[in-house]
Amino acid sequence: MKILKLIFKNALRHKLRAFLTIVGIAIAVMAFGLLQTVVTAWNAGVEAAAADRLITRQAVSFIFPLPYAYKDQISKLPEVKNVTFFNWFGGVYIDKNQFFARMACDPETLFDVYPEFVVTPAEREAFLKERNSCVIGADLAKMYKLKVGDIMELEGDIYPGQWQFVVRAIYQPRDKTVDATGMYFHWQYLDERIRQVSPERAGNIGWFAVQIKDARQSAAVSERIDALFQNSRAETKTETERAFQQGFVASSGAIITSLNVMSFVIIGIIMLVLGNTMIMSARERTREYAVLKTLGFTGGHLSAFVAGESLIISFLGAGLGLAIVYPVVAMFSILVPKGWFPVFNLAPSTVILAASSAILVGVLASIIPLRRALKTRIVDGLRFIG
Amino acid sequence: MPTAISVENVYKSYMRDKLEVPVLNNVSLTIQEGEFIALMGPSGSGKTTLLNIIAGIDRPTRGRVLVQGTDIATLSEATLAKWRSRHVGFIFQFYNLIPVLTAYENVELPLMLTPLNKAQRKDQVERALAMVGLADRMKHYPKQLSGGQEQRVAIARAIASDPDILVADEPTGDLDKRSADDIMTLLERLNQELGKTIVMVTHDPAAAERAGTVRHLEKGDLLPEEKMR
Ligand SMILES: Nc1ncnc2c1ncn2[C@@H]1O[C@H](COP(=O)(O)OP(=O)(O)OP(=O)(O)O)[C@@H](O)[C@H]1O
Ligand SMILES: [Mg+2]
Repeated sequence: MKILKLIFKNALRHKLRAFLTIVGIAIAVMAFGLLQTVVTAWNAGVEAAAADRLITRQAVSFIFPLPYAYKDQISKLPEVKNVTFFNWFGGVYIDKNQFFARMACDPETLFDVYPEFVVTPAEREAFLKERNSCVIGADLAKMYKLKVGDIMELEGDIYPGQWQFVVRAIYQPRDKTVDATGMYFHWQYLDERIRQVSPERAGNIGWFAVQIKDARQSAAVSERIDALFQNSRAETKTETERAFQQGFVASSGAIITSLNVMSFVIIGIIMLVLGNTMIMSARERTREYAVLKTLGFTGGHLSAFVAGESLIISFLGAGLGLAIVYPVVAMFSILVPKGWFPVFNLAPSTVILAASSAILVGVLASIIPLRRALKTRIVDGLRFIG
Repeated sequence: MPTAISVENVYKSYMRDKLEVPVLNNVSLTIQEGEFIALMGPSGSGKTTLLNIIAGIDRPTRGRVLVQGTDIATLSEATLAKWRSRHVGFIFQFYNLIPVLTAYENVELPLMLTPLNKAQRKDQVERALAMVGLADRMKHYPKQLSGGQEQRVAIARAIASDPDILVADEPTGDLDKRSADDIMTLLERLNQELGKTIVMVTHDPAAAERAGTVRHLEKGDLLPEEKMR
């Protein structure tokens, strides 16, 4: 017989109680994993933003446009390496509920400023040459089974009408944090059509993305850009892409924070559940622990018994929880509309966090019962009637 | 015969609601090696307390307890625990077996604290279980055994590490007459054949009769000796 075997047998002595505790921990670990995955996925979106990119938008709101002419003015600043720009197109592709970014872009500069969108030179060339062509992300291509040469037909809302684009390039994300569900087409094409129906809207740019030479200069360069257009018809607000993304989802930020807090509250709850189970078991075994002490087992042994039992339960629970969190996260990522999160999978850090929380919970939950077991004098323990 | 246990002027009191309640009043008692002594007396007279002090699981408030020359009252908890595991075997009224362990594993338990290897432990466990007549019940769990059998497993556990002293607190207190007789016969054999020193607390005169010496406690006082045999 090994001491470990006794610990194991003790842990599973009350089958139903052990089972319920283990399942409780498993569900909590699963919930923790899922919540943390949402948090990580959101943060990944922010992290993915390059530090050397600034976003220049209209000062009042990002829904008001900026004049195309700003591009040249910004480009002339010595700290600026490249400037590109976008217009939010919106619209509907096949299914109104499927969300992904559809934008007008500047095909000349897009890939310079966004090197994380990887295309072959041939594809880049093809995309450049054809004015009604578009480039789409590999994930989007997979989702709609699109290949080069296919036509995408969009129904416009911000820009009304039927819009047809030919897929000429499919970009690969440089790494897992890059969103590969975007669709980008020629701004020129959009502008020409708009000029015909509502000329007052022509020459409008949604926002500029400015690549700077030195990321450490971002604050200073931002100020310089905004200074260029001070007191003009359209003043600008420039900030790093990261800050822009955070602001863009400012309200979600609060939700994300509460999800984060909740996930740790859940860990706290498992600790109480396990602690309760451990206190009950240890109390019932008051006499047994006294007998073990009588036989010569020391405080060290008792600690191993109590903490070991607690750890076994928390490990079984955590193991089960982690086993179910993978399929749950996978299922969740199917249900969540693509594009909400550029990446949605269980990060190794989440698994490590869940596992180490389980260890911590196992240890903490055994403190009270262990202190009692150690403090009880043998003679009192032997007289104990459960 | 040399002295096994010498209790010298042991006074013991418990605190109850900040009130000191005396339980043993300057008890002195000498037990020879190989002696089989029964402690009798009314409930609450301090029998268990005296037994626990002799066995090193309780400490006297004042006085000395020498067991084979060691003043056990002065040992640290850890040393005392080690000392107990080497020198004393315990038999309780309610057996106190570990319910999730088989008879074999229960007997093996105290041997886990010795440097014996697995094969040596197996040897000892089988010998002890054979001694109590339960060689065929090794794989049984306590709840699959009768009370008498459980107590025999407990005795096997007490003798597994071959201690010189056995202490038993009402070992037959929870058994029917036949099982009680069997247990007493077993204790007698352990005393006579293996030369174990046995200190037993009992209410049962029939059980006390099997002991070589009977001493009475009354309200914490040890009454003068009367020779039985
Ligand atoms: N751990 C303790 N804490 C407080 N009081 C105790 C403790 N142990 C024993 N006592 C008290 O000491 C007295 C003697 O107890 P003890 O158990 O030694 O008696 P006993 O002779 O074994 O009785 P019984 O025949 O009922 O087992 C009792 O009054 C009991 O309440
Ligand atoms: Mg008693």
